[in-house]
Amino acid sequence: MELKELCLLRGISGDESEIRNYIKKECLKYTENVRIGRGGCLIAEIRGRKNPQKRVMLSAHMDEVGFAVTSACEDGLLRITAVGGIDSRVSVSKRVLVGSRALPGVIGAMPIHLQSPEDRMRVMRLSDLFVDIGESTKAGAEKAAPINSSVTFDTPYTEFGAGFVCCKALDDRVGCYNMLRLMEKAPFDDTVIFVFTSMEEVGLLGARTAAYDVDPDEAIVLETTAANDIGMVDETKQVCRAGKGVALSFMDRRTITPRALFEHALSVAEKNGIALQVKSGTTGGNDAGAVHTSRRGIPTITLSVPCRNIHSPASVCALSDIEAQYHEAEALISNTDWRN
Amino acid sequence: MISAHMDEIGYVVVDVEKEGYLRVSPVGGVNPLSGYARAVVFENGVSGALMHQPHKDSVKFSDLFIDIGADSREEALEMVKIGDCAVSARSFSSLGKNRVSSPIMDDRCACALLIELLLSLDKPVNTVIGVFSVQEEVGCRGAKTAAFALEPDLGLAIDVTTNGDTPETKLPSVRLGDGPAIKIQDQGSISSPEIVRMLEKAAENASVKYQREVLPFGGTDASAIQLSRGGIKAGTLSIPCRYVHTPVETIDMRDMAGALETIKEFVKL
Repeated sequence: MELKELCLLRGISGDESEIRNYIKKECLKYTENVRIGRGGCLIAEIRGRKNPQKRVMLSAHMDEVGFAVTSACEDGLLRITAVGGIDSRVSVSKRVLVGSRALPGVIGAMPIHLQSPEDRMRVMRLSDLFVDIGESTKAGAEKAAPINSSVTFDTPYTEFGAGFVCCKALDDRVGCYNMLRLMEKAPFDDTVIFVFTSMEEVGLLGARTAAYDVDPDEAIVLETTAANDIGMVDETKQVCRAGKGVALSFMDRRTITPRALFEHALSVAEKNGIALQVKSGTTGGNDAGAVHTSRRGIPTITLSVPCRNIHSPASVCALSDIEAQYHEAEALISNTDWRN
Repeated sequence: MISAHMDEIGYVVVDVEKEGYLRVSPVGGVNPLSGYARAVVFENGVSGALMHQPHKDSVKFSDLFIDIGADSREEALEMVKIGDCAVSARSFSSLGKNRVSSPIMDDRCACALLIELLLSLDKPVNTVIGVFSVQEEVGCRGAKTAAFALEPDLGLAIDVTTNGDTPETKLPSVRLGDGPAIKIQDQGSISSPEIVRMLEKAAENASVKYQREVLPFGGTDASAIQLSRGGIKAGTLSIPCRYVHTPVETIDMRDMAGALETIKEFVKL
């Protein structure tokens, strides 16, 4: 199991079977207690050695952002809609894979030669884009890629420079990768339920049902988060930086981290010499938002790997941050005694 | 289950400038326009001035900063940490014969009512569970989990509502001093008709003048209670309040007295 394999597998929100099947096979190496919840999440449980009654949920989402085919045009081009938050500006001229047979395609738009001065000033909307799969008739396109076919970015996995990696779907295959590594380390003192969630990118839908289903005592979410440390961003506006350690949020749009748990995570990192940065922004949201308000309330913390160009075909993470997330998660599951 | 929320809106420190000014994000629905130029205080006692410079006609959150008297980032970080929260400096003043003003009428006036109610109960007919809830201002998150845990037969939120009796306001039709307001609906929930009827009956039993309230925005803990488990009948008793989410939230003590008598009767029904 390598990060590369996980990133290259396809799975837009609601169509996670390919990535889920792969992860399921990996999970079965460590436990027989693996099932698929009704919300599409993969749930694997490993009983604790010392305090099996204490249940900690560890989660990462399997789904990635992408597109779905909405119709075929007379000339054989496909119209698409976004699944999850995608900036149409980063999508033009990108290679994609279409449908269950992973047909090669490319996202097209009007070339610069044909654009009017007004066109050049305008941001292309998703409705201006189409996918070219080399078909020349509507019937041919419909046969090759029926309505609702999934479209994923087609980006090679590349490790480059001073320890960085570029690929599609780092959000959140990085979290899935570290969860599988932690399964290899299991059992822990407490029972750990490894939940690979579905449909995070379209509204935390899988985690909402999984948290209810699993009913844990507390939860740790392994995620990626937007790094904005490049370009002309003023130093004080850089809320999170790639290569500076795993990022910890005190608050985002959906969750306020319990203070005692937040402090515990800081001290665990310090004690174990784990690189950690506090994210100095309150935007965004992730599965923690759905998990922490489930049932009676589930104390939840998120450990995020900073990711440049997140939700684009060419996301970039620092390998050292991925390691830091792994070590911090391991340290936290090994020490769940944070309540004052 | 009767809920009054303990939390209040405020500001969370997201970063510190080289010169020692704190940059903040809102916690809950803080309007930057009504928010700035106020004294604020942190949990550890550090005081600050929330301001923006130079003067602008429209103020965005990114324009605001808190000055805590530090001359450098290092000095500031010795006083507060990233993630610490500031709230309006505490104040309380009487206006005229019946009214009082404070930055946190929303929702401490309801906490006071709930405490009074619980203290007054002597061999109650029904079991009353008072919930002092958390995180209402960021989306009724506390009431959501509390309602699940308690699984009550019915839920009542006590919260403030805005008024339509100041110059150039019309909605809602609620007026200060005309009694507690029985919420029919707001953006977050449509009150259970049964709860509305019970509240009306309770007010009548107590001979309390009340108003009916339809609010085209906003929401209360009732919105979270109502959707818990298989659905829980829920409603809201509102305390009319002027200038909600500003440092000068103003209520009328006659409405408070009426609300207390109403909920005392309500729990008997």
